[in-house]
Amino acid sequence: MKFLSQLISGISLGSIYSLIALGYTMVYGIAKMLNFAHGDVIMIGGYVVYTACVTAGLPAAAGVLIAIVFCTVLGVAIERFAYKPLRSASSLAVLITAIGVSYLLQNVALLIFGSDTKSFSSVVSLEPVSLADGALVISGETIVTIIVSVIIMVALIVFINKTRPGKAMLAVSEDKGAAQLMGINVNGTIALTFAIGSGLAAVAGALLCSAYPALSPYTGAMPGIKAFVAAVFGGIGSIPGAMIGGILLGIIENLSKGYISSQLSDPIVFAVLIIVLLVKPTGLMGKKINEKV
Amino acid sequence: MAMLEVRDINVFFGVIQAIKNISFDVNQGEVVALIGANGAGKTTTLHTITGLLSAASGNIYLDGKDITKVPAHKIVGMGMAHVPEGRRVFASLSVYDNLKMGAYTRKDKKEIAQSLEMVFTEFPRLKERRNQVAGTLSGGEQQMLAMGRALMSKPRIILMDEPSMGLSPLYVDEIFKIISRIKKDGTTVLLVEQNANMALSVADRAYVLETGKIIIEGNANELLNDERVRKAYLGA
Repeated sequence: MKFLSQLISGISLGSIYSLIALGYTMVYGIAKMLNFAHGDVIMIGGYVVYTACVTAGLPAAAGVLIAIVFCTVLGVAIERFAYKPLRSASSLAVLITAIGVSYLLQNVALLIFGSDTKSFSSVVSLEPVSLADGALVISGETIVTIIVSVIIMVALIVFINKTRPGKAMLAVSEDKGAAQLMGINVNGTIALTFAIGSGLAAVAGALLCSAYPALSPYTGAMPGIKAFVAAVFGGIGSIPGAMIGGILLGIIENLSKGYISSQLSDPIVFAVLIIVLLVKPTGLMGKKINEKV
Repeated sequence: MAMLEVRDINVFFGVIQAIKNISFDVNQGEVVALIGANGAGKTTTLHTITGLLSAASGNIYLDGKDITKVPAHKIVGMGMAHVPEGRRVFASLSVYDNLKMGAYTRKDKKEIAQSLEMVFTEFPRLKERRNQVAGTLSGGEQQMLAMGRALMSKPRIILMDEPSMGLSPLYVDEIFKIISRIKKDGTTVLLVEQNANMALSVADRAYVLETGKIIIEGNANELLNDERVRKAYLGA
């Protein structure tokens, strides 16, 4: 029963990593850049929910909605003002800029909210579910996180494969020049990708802070790195890869915490990444296209 | 008034001038070839026309409208399609999805279905392989897909960049037959080719580019018999 309980909370944590990893992997696939400020957008999302719900006393759903809108706009603005001017610059310049944006967001949060940890009130009002005569208790946060993540992932897959803007994203991720020749607005598509990724980060922020209710300007940093690892683990650029990578990472982390050592869980997670990359350098679902010339 | 007019364009890559004051016309219904050696500026010229590159000076007109500053993604909607060098099909998408991508700017589903039927009639091979991932097609099939994809936008003028490059002689013949058929259907073609012989056999007129300048122009028949062209490009 302990195993099952650890597994379920691992899936829940992993779902959050997946939501964040989707932002990394979509932006990488389309703009060919690593947006290291992505983790901090989660933290901003958390603070927006905190301000809306705890400070202003709005209902949880409204707080989450405001956070999604806020982070979407923030993500598009970051792309427009920090990354777009560097479209033809070296990838190193873009990477350094992304790290700069990350510090900027952390310090703006520090300036506005201070360095003390805020206790976040959960956006989930679902009661814990008790199974097998109380031997297995699943928290409302865990259930909602898993359900919300599954809905978002299915919606995202349908969006990308079935809609016009979704297919435009696929085309841009493969060949920007050819996509333009088809009539696809590449800048618009990149902005849309940042919008979606940042909106998902807001949801992840609300779920993360509900499950681990301590909010500080550095809240986004570690989950951000873990989600990046999940994206690489699954194969960066691959959407199913990010989903599977995130969930596996969450499970590995939780089982290590439960059965090996809570101090060693992070090193174990990173060791697994290294092993996967040694065996399969493109990640679990990394793109491998047989191209004839 | 010519359908496509290129007037005095200059294009630079850093300090290197790739295109030097090029002017030429393509009239409605014509096949015009741009021939020349590797590095003469043929691809650069096409990229400048469709906006993938921008000219330092000069103007480009489509149906009399200045399109010099129009962004690349708006060109196809104006009736000009571009089959890029190296085909550049979307390798991870299916043949069908690649073709659908060609009709990206079009809204009418019925008309898109008609175009798809037309492309499948023109390229039966693509119909057979409609669900295959484009990256697994042979070079010749990918070239057909790139051409079919361009036709899906229902263009009035098609720019084709080295459609015969890297193909077996059998496919080269096939590709040039298709170009003649495209012309017969009333679509204007601007063809860039290193294979001058084939290009001149299908073209009405041609321009010869050398290190970024047009050095010879004339009717395709004349150029086939031109001593300079024969020596430099036809291996005679």
